[in-house]
Amino acid sequence: MSQLVDRRLSGKNRSAVNRQRFLRRFKTQIRKAAAEVVSGRKVTDLERGEKISIPSKDMSEPVFHHGSGGRRNIVLPGNREFVSGDRVDRPEGGEGKGSGSGGGPQGESMDDFVFELSKEEFMDFFFQDLALPDLVKKQLAAVPEVKRARAGFVSQGNPSNLHVVRSMKHAIGRRLAMAAGPREALREAEEALEALVARGLGASDEAETLREEIAALKSRVAAVPFLDTWDLRYANRVDQPTPSSQAVMFCLLDVSGSMDADRKNIAKRFFMLLYLFLTKSYERIDVVFIRHHTVAKEVDEEEFFNSRESGGTVVSSALELMKDIILERYPSASWNIYAAQASDGDNWEDDSPRCRELLLQSILPLTQYFAYVEIEAEVPQSLWHEYERVKAASPRFAMQRILTLEDIYPVFRELFRKKVA
Amino acid sequence: METEMENAAPPVSPRQPISEGSEWTFELLDQYDHEIARVAAHYGLDTYPNQIEVITSEQMIDAYSSVGMPVGYHHWSYGKQFLSTQKGYQRGQMGLAYEIVINSSPCIAYLMEENTLTMQALVIAHAAYGHNSFFKGNYLFRTWTDAEGILDYLVFARHFIAECEQRHGDEAVEEILDSCHALMNHGVDRYKRPTKLSMGKEQARQLEREAYLQSQVNDLWRTVPVKAVAEVEKQVRRFPAEPQENLLYFIEKNAPRLEPWQREIVRIVRKIAQYFYPQRQTQVMNEGWATFWHYTLLNHLYEEGKLTDGFMMEFLQSHTNVVYQPPYNSRHYSGINPYALGFAMFTDLRRICEHPTEEDRRWFPDLAGSDWVKTLDFAMRNFKDESFIAQYLSPKLIRDLKLFALVDDDNEDKLEVTAIHDDAGYRTVRQLLADQYNLGNREPNIQAYQVDVFGDRSLTLRHYMHDRRPLGESAPEMLRHLARLWGYTVRIESMDPDGTAHPVASSEA
Repeated sequence: MSQLVDRRLSGKNRSAVNRQRFLRRFKTQIRKAAAEVVSGRKVTDLERGEKISIPSKDMSEPVFHHGSGGRRNIVLPGNREFVSGDRVDRPEGGEGKGSGSGGGPQGESMDDFVFELSKEEFMDFFFQDLALPDLVKKQLAAVPEVKRARAGFVSQGNPSNLHVVRSMKHAIGRRLAMAAGPREALREAEEALEALVARGLGASDEAETLREEIAALKSRVAAVPFLDTWDLRYANRVDQPTPSSQAVMFCLLDVSGSMDADRKNIAKRFFMLLYLFLTKSYERIDVVFIRHHTVAKEVDEEEFFNSRESGGTVVSSALELMKDIILERYPSASWNIYAAQASDGDNWEDDSPRCRELLLQSILPLTQYFAYVEIEAEVPQSLWHEYERVKAASPRFAMQRILTLEDIYPVFRELFRKKVA
Repeated sequence: METEMENAAPPVSPRQPISEGSEWTFELLDQYDHEIARVAAHYGLDTYPNQIEVITSEQMIDAYSSVGMPVGYHHWSYGKQFLSTQKGYQRGQMGLAYEIVINSSPCIAYLMEENTLTMQALVIAHAAYGHNSFFKGNYLFRTWTDAEGILDYLVFARHFIAECEQRHGDEAVEEILDSCHALMNHGVDRYKRPTKLSMGKEQARQLEREAYLQSQVNDLWRTVPVKAVAEVEKQVRRFPAEPQENLLYFIEKNAPRLEPWQREIVRIVRKIAQYFYPQRQTQVMNEGWATFWHYTLLNHLYEEGKLTDGFMMEFLQSHTNVVYQPPYNSRHYSGINPYALGFAMFTDLRRICEHPTEEDRRWFPDLAGSDWVKTLDFAMRNFKDESFIAQYLSPKLIRDLKLFALVDDDNEDKLEVTAIHDDAGYRTVRQLLADQYNLGNREPNIQAYQVDVFGDRSLTLRHYMHDRRPLGESAPEMLRHLARLWGYTVRIESMDPDGTAHPVASSEA
């Protein structure tokens, strides 16, 4: 006799562990594939799942099998024109025709193994081992920012917080409650007195007693205070810690004549990755684009990457502008400030020391991290040397040289490598 | 497959279908199962008790990726299988298998929630009565698998491997499993009858075995005799005395450097390989038998008036898809379809019994005119693919399928057609097709030949070439797996027909 079982509600995702095992085993290949994917994508196109393909030969499960060669008999269905003794050419592509049940045991092609990573998995691969410097400190440990928030009403407080409406409500209630007994007695006494008066006994002793009682009761009712300290209510406000979950990212780009489209493209990828990493850590991110040649200008993203200027280079102009913007719009108490600067290393000789000073004295104390990448520069120039001194002086400063598009990902990792405590 | 339609006699009884719609409910499934069971009993199908489980498509993908084992240990290769199945399914490139059925007692058959009532009935007939009776009846399954014990054993294996992972780390276990999986096809004794598996016994004996095995291995390697004696012994004693074909067994018992838990893992993989061994040898028969019976059982019900015309149309459509055999030059050709060949053979066998031609009487004098139910039952019980084809493939079927044989010889610049579907060719085609299903021909014949007991402890394997066919390019990688298990250098050499050995590859531990 058969037994029918409804298993639909039990044991979903039985393969989850095996899937994780698979991802773990091919971590290296998948991460490499993820890196390639990133270098081929557009800025706006990063936050989605990804089709990852890794070469199947890396993950084959080998078995002993026959190689090609030797003598092989093959039986095939669907003969149309052959009679025995016919000699026919080998089909193109070698095994094609004969790969029947005598062929490879799996029949798998050597194509890439393609599978889907969910958005989360993709991002995790992307960000594994990475953490922003001092992130923990800023976000979790210290809570420098508080916000005053309403938290109901309390019976004690300072006069400026007195809540009049609430207090009056309480007063009414209290008065009603406290006067209820005497009022009832008063009403009865008055009714009794009226009855006496109606009967013409308004001057009797009894009436007199009632009159006294009424007077006493009236004074008791009147004695209930209009407003008691008991009634007072104060609006309550508490300090609510607000973890500063907002960051601003400054993108500084050299658009002088020596920065060609390729270099800008590399810079763009770098900004893109930084941005993406910040979105993972912060709720809200502002991005400020500053481009410069001899003068700096704040622009929108479109103009930032696309328009082109010519002329010399004065890097300090951009740093000055960044400083001004920070002071004006992004107080460092409430904003985590990150900056990424990309340049080909050209700068006026005289300007480089000034850049160093600006960084060390004005900008680095305000920022979480300042990353500088030099793109395709053959020989490090004055700016690089000055920045090396900055790097020695501040742990918040990092610098790298990028030669090709493929260097971006490793550089990115290098810059934001998790600090081993 | 229009020819098969003739078997479906026109309905005689008035239609009183079990149901009209295509939505299934548990009550309806129960009714259909009841009816199918009744008809199956009428034809004398002997089955294990059935446990029919309704699952979702996700669960089906899960079941799919653990190669049909209801309880499996964890391994990345199942994850890989899962990902590719899931991808194929989500993009609509492939449908899921209608059914998965597990050779156990009770026999577990999975029904997918999304299927229509017709498909559920088809699967019940196919899996719960077709496959089930094959599992219970076929001699290979009776010999090699213990349906009562397999679930327990898989539970034992899963726990044991999970415990090893905790104790020795995921990666250490994974390495051993990788190597064992690679050798899975070489983990079967072809000529010895295996002992039964069961959890109680296994657990009780496992510790005992661990200790005993280790002592045996140590004993084998305790070779510190006087030098002169060693020299003499070197000539005389060869180890192993006979070449061993069961490489996993050989490693389990003799690998010098495996730890007891590693030996147990080798054993688990070997036991599971053994459990699947009959399935690999009876694909055509097993699928053919199940397909033949779902076809026959449902047609019987139709003739009784229990099924609607709509039901039959849907059923026949998917049945026809399953048994389609594309010709060799079609884009869709990917080998001979075991469903098609098996179904055609069993149907043809029934035809030979019921309506034999003069040709059939010449070729199958004993079969022609016999009771078809008994004849089919006998064929199901006593053959595997190779012998089944050699015994029962009829000239008519060879003509129907237009089978022909080619020889591909790397000494010749052209392929030669050696036999086709004509009087001169029937026997050749039949024999060659049967050979094509001989596992011994399909997989290289590799044996553990010699261990250098007194020297560097290296293991030499011999590959006995068949028709000069060399080993595939995976050999070096395979040797790395072997060397990992053996612990010392492993070599492999190919023996050509003259008896000359050609070294193919070697790997240091």
